[in-house]
Amino acid sequence: MATRSGDPVIKVRDLVVDFAARRVLNGVDLDLKRGEILGFVGASGAGKSVLTRTIIGLLPMQAGSIEVLGVELSKASQAERQAVDRRWGVLFQQGALFSSLTSGKNVEFPIREYLRLSPKLTTEIAISKLEMVGLKPDVYRNYPSELSGGMIKRVALARALALDPEILFLDEPTSGLDPISAAEFDHLLLTLQETLGISVFMVTHDLDSLHRTCDRIAVLSEGKIVEAGNMDVMLASQHPWLKEYFHGERAHTDFQVAIKGRRVTERRA
Amino acid sequence: MTAATLDHGPSRDDGLDLKAAGHWTAEHARLLEPLIDAASHATGKHDQTQIRRIVFDATRVEHLDTYGAWLIERTLRVWSSRGAETELIGLQPNYRNLFEKVRAGEHKLTPLKHKQTGIVATFESVGRTMMAVFTDLTMIFQIAGQLIVAFLSVCAHPRRFRFTSMINHLERVCWHAVPIVVLITFLIGAIIAQQGIFHFRTFGADIYVVDMVGVLVLRELGVLIVCIMIAGRSGSAYTAELGSMKMREEVDALRTMGFDPIEVLVLPRILALMIAVPILTFLGSMAALYGGGLVAWLYGGIDPKIFMSRLHESINGQTFAVGMIKAPFMALIIGLVACMEGMQVKGSAESLGAKTTDSVVKSIFLVIVIDGLFAVFFASVGI
Repeated sequence: MATRSGDPVIKVRDLVVDFAARRVLNGVDLDLKRGEILGFVGASGAGKSVLTRTIIGLLPMQAGSIEVLGVELSKASQAERQAVDRRWGVLFQQGALFSSLTSGKNVEFPIREYLRLSPKLTTEIAISKLEMVGLKPDVYRNYPSELSGGMIKRVALARALALDPEILFLDEPTSGLDPISAAEFDHLLLTLQETLGISVFMVTHDLDSLHRTCDRIAVLSEGKIVEAGNMDVMLASQHPWLKEYFHGERAHTDFQVAIKGRRVTERRA
Repeated sequence: MTAATLDHGPSRDDGLDLKAAGHWTAEHARLLEPLIDAASHATGKHDQTQIRRIVFDATRVEHLDTYGAWLIERTLRVWSSRGAETELIGLQPNYRNLFEKVRAGEHKLTPLKHKQTGIVATFESVGRTMMAVFTDLTMIFQIAGQLIVAFLSVCAHPRRFRFTSMINHLERVCWHAVPIVVLITFLIGAIIAQQGIFHFRTFGADIYVVDMVGVLVLRELGVLIVCIMIAGRSGSAYTAELGSMKMREEVDALRTMGFDPIEVLVLPRILALMIAVPILTFLGSMAALYGGGLVAWLYGGIDPKIFMSRLHESINGQTFAVGMIKAPFMALIIGLVACMEGMQVKGSAESLGAKTTDSVVKSIFLVIVIDGLFAVFFASVGI
């Protein structure tokens, strides 16, 4: 992929969003650069999910602008909008797989709707996607209710990747996974970023995951982005919530992992 | 955007050169597939088996994604499965990783077991259906048994009974159902009276319409219409509620906290239904008689006073009692079927829908069967 890192694929400016009669986001500025993995953190209830859902168009905004892949979403026509929808993939927190379809059919769903390939090729691509996220081809025939939590996340990721998107939204991808599965997921994400050159917008609470995968981290607090930068910026920040977050009790137990994770980040840079 | 192409190079004695160019991406996959298929069958002037060597030249591929990568890999696999030697040259280095990742997969499902067809399959499906009916029956008896146990244990410890929950359900299945039940039974009563008058008039027997409406409504129709409506209205709601609780593991949560789901969820619902259906049957029967009387007066010219005195002669307490006594049994059956289906819901949204449908269909069927059994019973004891 012609990776021109640096130019933003998502540009959010002065975003204001009300949710449940409360101003949740008040002037958010945020860039997602091409080819980077952006980790997005903030206290529970700070509005991370609201921001994600606003960008992907599930919630209305009160003011501001969101530009995705050069298209200003609030001014885009239905067709332009759909063209953008095709170029991003979303992984919901619980997977949001269609429970009445097998995993394979779940992955095939967007392919069938958008590309109209032959059934044979559609199936082959779906199997290839399932294998890409580290599943056995036979998972194709399983229904979501027959899969474990980690497998559901992987199938959902395969579905999000079905159309070879340029941007991937991940909502707490490692929540509910055991540390080993979570580490595997991080590793998978790095591989996919390398091979497919996708830009990733990841909401997460997982410190290990942040250390291991993210090129940049943005912090949301009181309706604004209070800090954005790499791990060193985060560790050096004087913002009280950030100090608590990265130097608190939970963070210290993971210190070894953190150091290792930073080494991975440095090597990649 | 440049389109994607695949050209056949000059074929040599024992080989074939394929040259790909352009954007090998998802958008072009539909057009590329036929080209790939053609390339997999292309033989030039030679027999397929004579081709020993395939060179796939990807130098001019400008853009590649997983779709393009798989299409290339698929061509190579087809040829190597025929014993030809394959080689991919000229792929841009930044697509190497992607191609290797796609190539690494097996891309094959293990074949399914051969499915039976024809007569055997028909017998199999008949057999399975019969077994399902049998399982359903045992399930009903099982849940009825559990319900009795729960009821007795609540009788022994009355403070454990969820009175508030029962009142809440009573409000929903009884109070909220009154308007629609009364409206429908009113209309049914009116329609029966109208039809009766219209046809009896030919014999000059208009007045007997009072007997017909009275007996039909009090003995059969009142309770039947109400039960069918309640099965559709509340039975389905019970199944959907319990089913979604089952899906989200709320039922399991109750169990782990040491509560019996039958006692906590099913008993209050079924008791509420057993109280609600007789009340609604009474109201429905009255509404139907009122509707019948109104039509008899306005359409048939039977004065309300005459209607009432005729009604007194044609029916008695027994007629009324026969209808009412059936109501709680019907309620029990509706409740049991609804709760049983709800508890059988599996993980998927589809299964919730299927079980809710089953619940309504089965409870209406059973209500009519029970009504028939009661008719046989009352006839044999001479009521």
